[in-house]
Amino acid sequence: MTSPLQQKIKITGPSVITANRTWDGAVIYRDGQHGWTTDLSSAAVVRTADDARALLTESTADDVGAIGPYIAPVDVKDDGTIEPGNLREQIRRQGVTIDLPVPA
Amino acid sequence: MYAYDEIDRTLINERVSEFRDQVKRRLSGELTEDEFKMLRLMNGVYLQLHAYMFRVAIPYGTLSADQMRKMAHVARRYDRGYGHFTTRQNIQFNWIKLADLPDALEDLAKVGIHAMQTSGNCTRNITTDQWAGVAPGEVEDPRIWCELLRQYSTMHPEFSFLPRKFKFAITASAHDRAAIKVHDIGLRLHKNDGGETGFEVLVGGGLGRTPFIGKTIKPFVPGRDLLSYVEAILRVYNQYGRRDNIYKARIKILVHELGIEKFAAEVEDEWLAMRDNALTLDDEVVEDIRSRFTYPHYKQLTDLPDELKAASADPHFEAWRLNSVAPHRRPGYSIVTLSLKPIGGPPGDATADQMDAIADLADKYSFGEIRVGHEQNLALPHVAQRDLPALWRALDKIGVATPNVNLVTDIIACPGLDYCSLANTRSIPIAQELTRRFANHDTANLIGRLHVNISGCINACGHHHVGHIGILGVEKNGEEFYQITIGGRADEHAVVGTLIGPAVPYADVADVVEDIVEAYLALRARPDELFIDAVKRLGVEPFKERVYATR
Repeated sequence: MTSPLQQKIKITGPSVITANRTWDGAVIYRDGQHGWTTDLSSAAVVRTADDARALLTESTADDVGAIGPYIAPVDVKDDGTIEPGNLREQIRRQGVTIDLPVPA
Repeated sequence: MYAYDEIDRTLINERVSEFRDQVKRRLSGELTEDEFKMLRLMNGVYLQLHAYMFRVAIPYGTLSADQMRKMAHVARRYDRGYGHFTTRQNIQFNWIKLADLPDALEDLAKVGIHAMQTSGNCTRNITTDQWAGVAPGEVEDPRIWCELLRQYSTMHPEFSFLPRKFKFAITASAHDRAAIKVHDIGLRLHKNDGGETGFEVLVGGGLGRTPFIGKTIKPFVPGRDLLSYVEAILRVYNQYGRRDNIYKARIKILVHELGIEKFAAEVEDEWLAMRDNALTLDDEVVEDIRSRFTYPHYKQLTDLPDELKAASADPHFEAWRLNSVAPHRRPGYSIVTLSLKPIGGPPGDATADQMDAIADLADKYSFGEIRVGHEQNLALPHVAQRDLPALWRALDKIGVATPNVNLVTDIIACPGLDYCSLANTRSIPIAQELTRRFANHDTANLIGRLHVNISGCINACGHHHVGHIGILGVEKNGEEFYQITIGGRADEHAVVGTLIGPAVPYADVADVVEDIVEAYLALRARPDELFIDAVKRLGVEPFKERVYATR
């Protein structure tokens, strides 16, 4: 039986844990080696609520490295490519959808 | 310009050292994010989608050329070469690294700039008319009172942890350019029948998910009692404002739930018990603040000099002059608005190179002073009319002379989902598309004054409720949709706009705005009937019919 103190988590499909890196705020994803990556394709993908909870718990414990970890939906294509599951995550991954006033 | 004294300089420098230590402890893990979050917010540091965002205060919208150069320096050295001017006389840097923030703050402190109280549940940057001190017909320079309130509220121990953020705005002109009716406290400086200067005090205005227009709580509070009366309001709010629900914590909800009469009675009781205390402002104190504001040594000039008459033959110059140049209280001088709304550009952004160039032009043509308005444009407040042609050519070269001030392409927009962690939808691309649709100056001019405001979520940072045309982004099943309101305004006749119908998809927004504008052009009673007046006369139905008849 689930403890009433345990966080209720629902996921409706493949998901990753994402956060922002503490020193510069960059978008990061939890990888499968207990670390973080800026590359979504290297992120650990979870498919069950239990796996999501475990990965989120591990991510949240790293308060020095990351801010505000949360579960984000992804699409896993037939060839294994991982794509963001909504517009917000798409923008977080790709950057702003406009030209910046000063080109990078 | 106001000259900070030693107390201000010490305070700002101490704050830099304090924040440097806090950042160091955060990066070493000595402080958790939970512990650090409030500390960074008190210094204007948010975490957005891609990076930290650093919000810097521009008290009462006044910047010196040197301060502007320092903003350019911060943009160039610590960010990505640009900054974003906001609707509350702040500038935001969108890509700053936490590790660099103490150095950026230290650099800004060298010119008296800081980020205190640009976030958090405290009194925020006090804002006012960007034409303060130079607008014809003004009662007096409202920045003197802004500065008094700034000194009073900065790090005020009793009001550093209010139920929610708290925003003041002050105007001293008949035409309200500071949007005082949509602030927690709005102050209208005026004179009573006896010739005494004081304030009409409005409370409970605000936008966000529950928009309210501020209500007058007291028609006249003498200047000497301003701080004690404000303190009474803040005390009542601090005591009764809700802390259990963030969405009901602003003073506007308290005023609404108590009713303005009951709220006013509570404030009056509080005020009568403490009005003659240390907060009473004697003339000496006010004069001391006033004396620290320096004004230019204007020359004796006359209006319409020959240089201006000659230049008016150039239709491009004349289009800009008619749109962007306003009368000044001194003969021979003008107030010049610099449009930060280029066609196809993000509203309110300025590059570091533009900021440096504007600073140089301010030195050359405006006694080294620049203003920031809530419409996300800048102004040079003291330009000799004979210099207008040369200034125009220089402004045009750096892309800030688009003659669209107050026209349909002078759009107020929040950063939206491109930057903001709260947003549901994008704002900037909508604004960009609209500016392209209405890029033709003759068309925009024919339409006349029309304010379009865009917010990417219900928090309403783009003030969509008070746009003549308001656009609010809402997310539906993962798609961007936009609700359209018309008839809102933020001036002395402030009113919240009316929703015209169901939200429309992202791809349709510009078409819908075009439909609304076309309906207005067809329905207006005469060429000089403004859009906002036509909506007031006609109601929303004709516009609704036009928009939804084929959708």
